Amino acid sequence: MITTYPASTEAADAARISVQGVTKTYNLAGKEFFALDNVSLDVADNEFITVVGPSGCGKSTLMNVLAGLDKPTSGQAVVDGKVVSGPGPERGVIFQQYALFPWLTVRKNVEFGLKTAGLGAKERREKAEHFIEMVGLSQFADALPKMLSGGMKQRCAIARAYAVDPTILLMDEPFGALDALTRVKLQEQLLDTWSQEKRTVVFITHDVDEAVYLANRVVVMAARPGRIFDIIDVDLPYPRTEEMRLSPEFTALRNRVWHAVYHQTTGAAAGSMPSTLTA
Amino acid sequence: MTDTATRAMAAQSTTPARKAPKVRAKNHTLMLVLNVASVIAGILIWWGFSLAGFRIPAPVEVAERAVTVIGDGTLATDLAASLTRVLIGFALGTLVAIPVGFLMGWYPVARALIEPWVQFFRTIPPLAIIPLVIVLLGIGEEPKIFVIFLAAFFACVISTFQGVISVDRTLINAARVLGSKDGGIFIRVVVPASTPFILVGMRVGLGASWATVVAAELIAAQNGLGARMQQAQIFYDLPTIFVNLIAIGILGLLMDRILLFTENKLTGWQERR
Ligand SMILES: Nc1ncnc2c1ncn2[C@@H]1O[C@H](COP(=O)(O)OP(=O)(O)OP(=O)(O)O)[C@@H](O)[C@H]1O
Ligand SMILES: [Mg+2]
Repeated sequence: MITTYPASTEAADAARISVQGVTKTYNLAGKEFFALDNVSLDVADNEFITVVGPSGCGKSTLMNVLAGLDKPTSGQAVVDGKVVSGPGPERGVIFQQYALFPWLTVRKNVEFGLKTAGLGAKERREKAEHFIEMVGLSQFADALPKMLSGGMKQRCAIARAYAVDPTILLMDEPFGALDALTRVKLQEQLLDTWSQEKRTVVFITHDVDEAVYLANRVVVMAARPGRIFDIIDVDLPYPRTEEMRLSPEFTALRNRVWHAVYHQTTGAAAGSMPSTLTA
Repeated sequence: MTDTATRAMAAQSTTPARKAPKVRAKNHTLMLVLNVASVIAGILIWWGFSLAGFRIPAPVEVAERAVTVIGDGTLATDLAASLTRVLIGFALGTLVAIPVGFLMGWYPVARALIEPWVQFFRTIPPLAIIPLVIVLLGIGEEPKIFVIFLAAFFACVISTFQGVISVDRTLINAARVLGSKDGGIFIRVVVPASTPFILVGMRVGLGASWATVVAAELIAAQNGLGARMQQAQIFYDLPTIFVNLIAIGILGLLMDRILLFTENKLTGWQERR
């Protein structure tokens, strides 16, 4: 069951993020439940990875391990050559459940991380202003989270994560609660910032379309036990455009991912690289 | 299908939040009128009972006595005495309870050490301790304040502790990934997140303090609202007892309203469900 990894392999060296044989078990009514079973994955610097899979397949668990919020039962996550042992400023996280501080206004929420980083009041305000505008919440800068809709809350959470300028973004279904229009707009923005400022992104979604549209590679997970089922390369060029969504290549890729997720069959992808190592 | 959808939409558009302000204002006035009518009806019934020969003083008698005790300053002295005891005991109790509650919620070791004592002594009504404190502390101010302190402390310590352990894990995680360390998380997340719990505890504690002060004065005091009623009882002086009871009620209500107001001010960020 336990696979040991050499301290450094060539692939792991080049990778910005390296998940090495990560297993996370929970005790479920006295029995061991594998939320993640021996998951390995390398993400290159500046790569955009999307993760799709059925509910409960361990996507959020994987993200928590990468964020340093959860310790794996065995295996390890390595970021920039260092074993992850806690959160770090280079990793920004957007949670599935907004996680806004309800007693702080939108502005204060966005300034939260900047304050921790020790920025002065003026600088904080300017930076916050910029990102609040980016997600289109300027009018609501002084509103409390309880006055925001689900999608607005999520946009506030995005602004808060962007504000501290992380070079790795870990996003757990960030656009899940948004309407189609805002979603497309934020997808564009995300791709824009990603290509301009070069970030490494791990993006969890349950939307197959979104997964293909954004990614260099789509990681498809399977449940019980949580594992990587397939990794599908998306060799469409960037910048991605709206027309591309209608192209036959896009449709073919989307169908492939769809089959992998919902039928857990690889179909045409039978020869693709195996992603889980079995000892 | 469509029918259900229409009905769902209709139901949505009549949620209370969407009601026109005018309707709400009208409702408000109606409620106020009903409140006043109910109080007047209560007084009339009281009057009826006294006329019917029950051994209770008529409202007029009580009002006359109220004017007398307000005029000669007795009521003010008694109020001041009781209020001072409550405020000192309550303030001390709350001041100690909040840090202890935080300790219990934040450090499992502290919880394990403190919780058995809190749970045990919480079950003893503070009044039951009066005989003990009178023997140990005499019949001055200290025993009364101490008993009130206990009442306020136990009410507040439990709810502070509850507040700390029920802080949403994801909020703590959010603070951690934004760079906060333990100290920052405590000040910037745990304290604000548990404020609503603390304030509820304070309200309960204030009620308990108020109940305790009057009872403590009934047992052992020279002044205060409770002591005044105790003396009136010896002389079958029912109007005085009524005046003091009403004063206790009004004062308790006022203090509760002040705390409620503070609570709404400080915890208005909460989503009401
Ligand atoms: N603290 C926990 N205790 C026990 N089981 C847990 C815990 N956290 C997660 N799990 C289990 O681990 C599995 C994976 O959970 P996870 O939240 O990672 O799923 P997910 O892929 O993010 O699902 P979704 O798409 O619904 O968000 C689930 O079956 C869940 O029940
Ligand atoms: Mg999830």
